[in-house]
Amino acid sequence: MDFKNSDTIPGPRSADHLPHSAQAAVKIVIVGGFGVGKTTMVGSVSEIKPLTTEETMTQAGVGVDDNYGSETKTATTVAMDFGRISITEQLVLYLFGTPGQERFWFLWNGLFEGALGAVVLIDTRRLEVSFDVMGRLEERGVPFVVAVNTFPDGPHYAVEELRTALDLSEDIPIIECDARRRASSRDVLMTLMRFLHSLAMSGALR
Amino acid sequence: MTPPQRRRRYPREEPAPQPPQEDPTPQDGEKPPEGQKPPEGQKKNPERLYVIAGPDGGERTDLDLVTLIVARADPPPSATPEQAALLRLCTAPLSVAELSAYLSLPFSVVTVLLTELMTAELVQLRAPVIRQSLADRSLLEAVMHGLQKL
Repeated sequence: MDFKNSDTIPGPRSADHLPHSAQAAVKIVIVGGFGVGKTTMVGSVSEIKPLTTEETMTQAGVGVDDNYGSETKTATTVAMDFGRISITEQLVLYLFGTPGQERFWFLWNGLFEGALGAVVLIDTRRLEVSFDVMGRLEERGVPFVVAVNTFPDGPHYAVEELRTALDLSEDIPIIECDARRRASSRDVLMTLMRFLHSLAMSGALR
Repeated sequence: MTPPQRRRRYPREEPAPQPPQEDPTPQDGEKPPEGQKPPEGQKKNPERLYVIAGPDGGERTDLDLVTLIVARADPPPSATPEQAALLRLCTAPLSVAELSAYLSLPFSVVTVLLTELMTAELVQLRAPVIRQSLADRSLLEAVMHGLQKL
C-alpha cells in the first residue's frame, strides 16, 4: 500500500501497529470521579500512549447541565482516554477510562454492555462520588471490582470498613493500588479477571 | 473517621441505556401528554446516523468502540479525504476508538464514515468479543495469561 500520502494524518507509529492476525478485541472500563486517576491507570499499563476519543453532546445534555432552560443549543465535548494491551497475536484488550456520570456513557455505543467488566477507581478522600457509579453498574448488571487509589493525604480505611461503607457483598474484590505503577495497575486488572473467571465458573456471568 | 455510607442497588429488569432526562421518560407505547412535543434528540430510540445512512435499513452493523477495522483496498479516486485518511490508517487492524482518536473525529462520525466504506466493501470488520457471548472461560484465561506477562 502507498503510505506516501498519509503524512497529513498522524497515525500509529509502526511499533504501535497491531499484527494482521489480530482477530478480536475485548474491553474493560475504568470508571471513577474526576481526578481519581483513571487516565493514570490506563497510561501505566497501556502499550501505546493513551489516546482520546471524543463525542459531542448537544441536546441530550439538556436537563442535567447548568444551562437547562436556556434556549441556546450548546455542545459539550466529552473525552474518554483509552489504552491498549496486546494479549495474544489474535486478541487485544482495550482499557477505557470514563467519567463517572452516567449521562456520558450513552455517547459511546455499548461502552459497558460489551465490556468484560469494570474497575471502579475510588479516592478515600471523596468516597461518595463513586456511590452513584457503583449503583449504575449494579443496575446494569456489569460486574466490577473496586480499586482504592491510595493518596498519601487520604484517610485510610480497612477493607472491611470500606466494604460496609460501600455496601458491597463479600464476593466483590476490593483492592488497594497505586495507579501510577504498572505492576499495581496490572494487579487490579488481574483481580477483575479472576473475579470474572470465578463468576464464569459459578455460571453467574450472563 | 467514619466513611460515608452507600446502599447497593440491584439489576433492573430491563437495563435502559438511555440519555438521562429531567422529565419522566415516555414509556413504551406511551404518548407524551398532548401539546407537549418531546424535545429534539430525546425521542424514543433515535436511530443512529449510520443506520440512517445505511444501504437499505435492513442490515445493521453495530460498531463497538473496539470493533477492529481493516482496509480491504487502497482508497479509490472517488473517496472523500476523510474516507481516504481512514483507509490509510487501517492498513493494519485498528479499533474504531483509535480511528476516532487519530482522525480527531467524534466516534459517531467515524461510524458514519465506516458504514459508507463497508457499503463500498472497502473495509473489513472484526467484531469484538462481548460479555454476553462468553460461553467458555478460555477467553478470560487468555486475558489473564496476557496480563501476567506485563
